[in-house]
Amino acid sequence: MKHTDFDVVVVGGGHAGAEAAAASARMGARTALVTLTLDGIGVMSCNPAIGGLGKGHLVREIDALDGLMGRVADASGIQFRLLNRTKGPAVQGPRTQADRKAYRLTMQAELSQIESLQIIAGEVSDLLMDGSRVVGIRLADASEISCKSVVITTGTFLRGIIHIGDQQHSGGRMGDKASNDLATRLMDFGLPLGRLKTGTPPRLDGKTINWDILESQPADESPVVFSFLNSKPKLRQISCGITHTNEQTHDVIRENLDRSAMYGGHISGVGPRYCPSIEDKVVRFADKTSHQIFLEPEGLDDDTIYPNGISTSLPQDVQERYVRSIRGLENVKILQPGYAIEYDYVDPRALRSSLELRDVGGLYLAGQINGTTGYEEAGAQGLVAGMNAARASLEMPAIEFSRSTSYIGVMIDDLTTSGVSEPYRMFTSRAEFRLSLRADNADQRLTPLGIDIGLVGASRADVFAAKMDALKAATDLLKSKTYSPNDLKSVGIAASSDGSRRSAYHVLSFPKVQFQDVINLDASFAEIAPDIQNQVANDALYAHYIERQQRDVDVLKRDEALLIPDDFIYEDMPGLSNELCAKLNRVRPSSVAHAARMEGMTPAALTLILARLRQAAGRKSA
Amino acid sequence: MDTIYALATARGKAGVAVVRISGPLSFLVVRQLTGGLPAPRQASLRILRDPAGEPLDQALVLCFAAGASFTGEDVAELHLHGSTAVVSAVLRVLSEIDGLRSAEAGEFTRRALENGCLDLTQVEGLADLIDAETEAQRKQAHRVLSGAIGQKVESWRADLIRAAALLEVTIDFADEEVPVDVSPEVLDLLAGVMRDLEREVRGAAIAERLRDGFEVAIIGRPNAGKSTLLNAFAGRDAAITSDIAGTTRDVIEVRMALNGLPVTFLDTAGLRDTGDTIEKLGIERAIARAKNADLRLFLVLEDGLTADIEPIDDDLVIQAKCDVRETTGPAISAKTGDGIEALIVKITDILSARASGAATVTRERHRVACVSALKALEIAVTEVKLGADRIELAADEMRTAIRALESLVGRIGVETLLDEIFSSFCIGK
Ligand SMILES: Cc1cc2nc3c(=O)[nH]c(=O)nc-3n(C[C@H](O)[C@H](O)[C@H](O)COP(=O)(O)OP(=O)(O)OC[C@H]3O[C@@H](n4cnc5c(N)ncnc54)[C@H](O)[C@@H]3O)c2cc1C
Repeated sequence: MKHTDFDVVVVGGGHAGAEAAAASARMGARTALVTLTLDGIGVMSCNPAIGGLGKGHLVREIDALDGLMGRVADASGIQFRLLNRTKGPAVQGPRTQADRKAYRLTMQAELSQIESLQIIAGEVSDLLMDGSRVVGIRLADASEISCKSVVITTGTFLRGIIHIGDQQHSGGRMGDKASNDLATRLMDFGLPLGRLKTGTPPRLDGKTINWDILESQPADESPVVFSFLNSKPKLRQISCGITHTNEQTHDVIRENLDRSAMYGGHISGVGPRYCPSIEDKVVRFADKTSHQIFLEPEGLDDDTIYPNGISTSLPQDVQERYVRSIRGLENVKILQPGYAIEYDYVDPRALRSSLELRDVGGLYLAGQINGTTGYEEAGAQGLVAGMNAARASLEMPAIEFSRSTSYIGVMIDDLTTSGVSEPYRMFTSRAEFRLSLRADNADQRLTPLGIDIGLVGASRADVFAAKMDALKAATDLLKSKTYSPNDLKSVGIAASSDGSRRSAYHVLSFPKVQFQDVINLDASFAEIAPDIQNQVANDALYAHYIERQQRDVDVLKRDEALLIPDDFIYEDMPGLSNELCAKLNRVRPSSVAHAARMEGMTPAALTLILARLRQAAGRKSA
Repeated sequence: MDTIYALATARGKAGVAVVRISGPLSFLVVRQLTGGLPAPRQASLRILRDPAGEPLDQALVLCFAAGASFTGEDVAELHLHGSTAVVSAVLRVLSEIDGLRSAEAGEFTRRALENGCLDLTQVEGLADLIDAETEAQRKQAHRVLSGAIGQKVESWRADLIRAAALLEVTIDFADEEVPVDVSPEVLDLLAGVMRDLEREVRGAAIAERLRDGFEVAIIGRPNAGKSTLLNAFAGRDAAITSDIAGTTRDVIEVRMALNGLPVTFLDTAGLRDTGDTIEKLGIERAIARAKNADLRLFLVLEDGLTADIEPIDDDLVIQAKCDVRETTGPAISAKTGDGIEALIVKITDILSARASGAATVTRERHRVACVSALKALEIAVTEVKLGADRIELAADEMRTAIRALESLVGRIGVETLLDEIFSSFCIGK
């Protein structure tokens, strides 16, 4: 093969780009990360927080595959809170506020340590092509870099337009210029592009907030961190303040709605429903007289406050007025106004599940460019794209993630199957196998795969092996000891008196039973390490459901195994509506399972596809 | 590809019986049977002969060329005289031709599908697979999935999805200002769906009856006139749909339609004390069969009911031979026809009343789906009541219920669903 400067070039040093570059390098590919500015690497464009429900699961999965986000968040987290702590472990999501600067610097330090990764500052303005294959990039200064695969992770930068009230200017995010040349290049490919928008709140000067009269929310007393390699936060933990909007705030907003970029008709893109601007909230939930706001410090040595809950695109003077109508913020100084940004995204149905574009060989997309929102979503895609770009350049087949084993699989399947109608964000309810896809067992689900394909390094592999040994020993022990209903009653565990004996493992799945209860049955269980106690308890709680889900997983796997060839012809199938035919041609589902999840897919059409596949298979074997 | 054949019309005596042949050898077979090949799509009257040259039947022969036939392959149809003997003779001759085999259940339809020439809106039964809202589906006589089932499932699904959404909001948006306790509304929605599902499960048996026919057993002593009554029924407007000798020599079955309801009358062995072991066995079987029937019609003489079986529920007790003796209460004379009309009306009324309790779901597959949805919902209710720390388990049960209902309309597990559907198809359709 021809000599190239690199195997993989990653364009963009945001959250997707950082993971992509790191994953590619871990796979052993010679990797370059090209981004606008070096100190822009790892910048959090919006809220200074990592994780949450569904999102925390993604971070754990990135970590299980030896990615960066979990460790960087652990090193920069200043307010760890486990969301849904009172609910079952399957729906608990770790989250932390991050010290914005620490996050950025830690990310930069991590990347700079990676040997086979070279970091280059510059704007990528064009792609070098060989037919329909990408073979390199061109920078704005006209220099060229040749490579085998390119991963584009330019976030909100493609033809980004920033709106503050009726003012607008081109920009990738506040303070950065937009990427217009690259957008033009992507347009030329004939890719399906769309417009989306998102917004961010004004930043406040913490020194001008009257904290004394506000409630506060502390960090968890026993913080749960992200990485399977860490057990506690590195930085001091802080509290954040809580305040509320009021009728007066709403009045100011209502009176000025026509000056909002969103409501003045200046923005055509669609915004996220679950992350609405304050204008949206006031209009759509008109009967609500107050909305909660978290006042989140952006860092330990930073007075900037991120007011979570009031993102806006109102003009600056209106922002000032409504913010100052809020309790505790009467005299607040706005450091940077809130704004909305509108940007291009590529319809992710144009992607394979490897995140390579179907029609442009060697070109991978990850992150907000694919219609998602959020650092975690971006990071997870980056990891997949970087890993697969590296594999392709090393002539290895792509790795696909299934819905049944990871949130990553759920996300990529959702994106490539259904596309997006608004910025896509992860939720636990998107995962139909939620009880098995837990944050606590992400390592059990993914680390073995990571070890197999060389994505996970030796030190993590060792930690994982040790944990699995301990877990197995504990599980075996708990399963080997059984108790009669009377034994259980004697320690206050309610059980039906059907005479049958139950293992300590089984008892752990009873409602309200804690690990301490089984220790009361047998003191030797106390010798199991606390983290392993937790893990076994979680595994036991869902064991029964997971067996059941396994059947659904099997059905899914069967349908996933019914592969639809890339060149499958839909046109000449009688009984397929033109509309569906067009949709199938656009999505090109890779399997029957994939096709079944497409919007508008009918059982009848599935039957036809299935029949055609069987016929083809019959012909081959005949 | 094999060439397959099967009787495409119902088994039994009828005006016409159609044997359908599909596959590459179809036209060769027609040549062998008739000595020539009629022009495609033109009915021609031909004598069918066996290999020895003996005539089998005079039949209307129709040929359809590949690409312009039901299955997409060369297809021949032999419209025979609807005699059981003729049909079995022809089928036997076909079975002896090399390269031909009898079709599996649903195989013609399957081939039609696999050859991509199936018009989904026209083929009965495949309405199952079509979206529940299409015009064509509602018109399908076949009930694999009527629009009504689809609609019901859709509305249950909507309620369950609403309930699930309520739970999910407290899970996925826990860190936001959302209602903390949604359980009253969730439990309300679940209760509504469960009520409906219970009704469906209860009515499923009746619905199946509507498909397969109600059984009415006629019971009485040997000389009570049961057979005469049966003949009298058969002679009325009620059309005989078939009469096949019973599976045992003790039960004669006659199928008819009463006011649109399919009914099979069972003429059971006369009940009497007997020393004859064989007859005794017959009587025991007759009693067992009668007990399983949907309705029993006791035909009695002066000596009243026998001790072996007693009337229950709506069972009818009718005085027989009212032309030759004094009777009180409902009575008939099979000989003169007195009381028969009234009796038919009575039976029809009873069965119609039962039929009105029929469920929308008609098949075992549907019932099973409803039962598993119901079971999951019962657990979901328990989990919801247990509180927040079991909420994801409640949500999972609700998902299971939703999936069970979705499998009813075929959104998941396509492959299994298909096999299920094809195996429940009648051969030759
Ligand atoms: C105003 C705003 C509001 C937001 N609100 C939310 C929110 O409420 N909730 C939420 O979850 N997420 C929000 N986000 C989104 C979150 O910031 C992104 O989802 C996440 O950062 C996306 O990561 P990414 O890696 O795809 O892109 P980014 O983090 O945007 O990174 C893009 C990188 O590409 C580089 N780049 C761009 N063009 C080129 C080029 N031509 N050549 C070289 N390098 C280039 C840039 O320098 C940058 O480093 C918001 C973002 C913005 C800007």
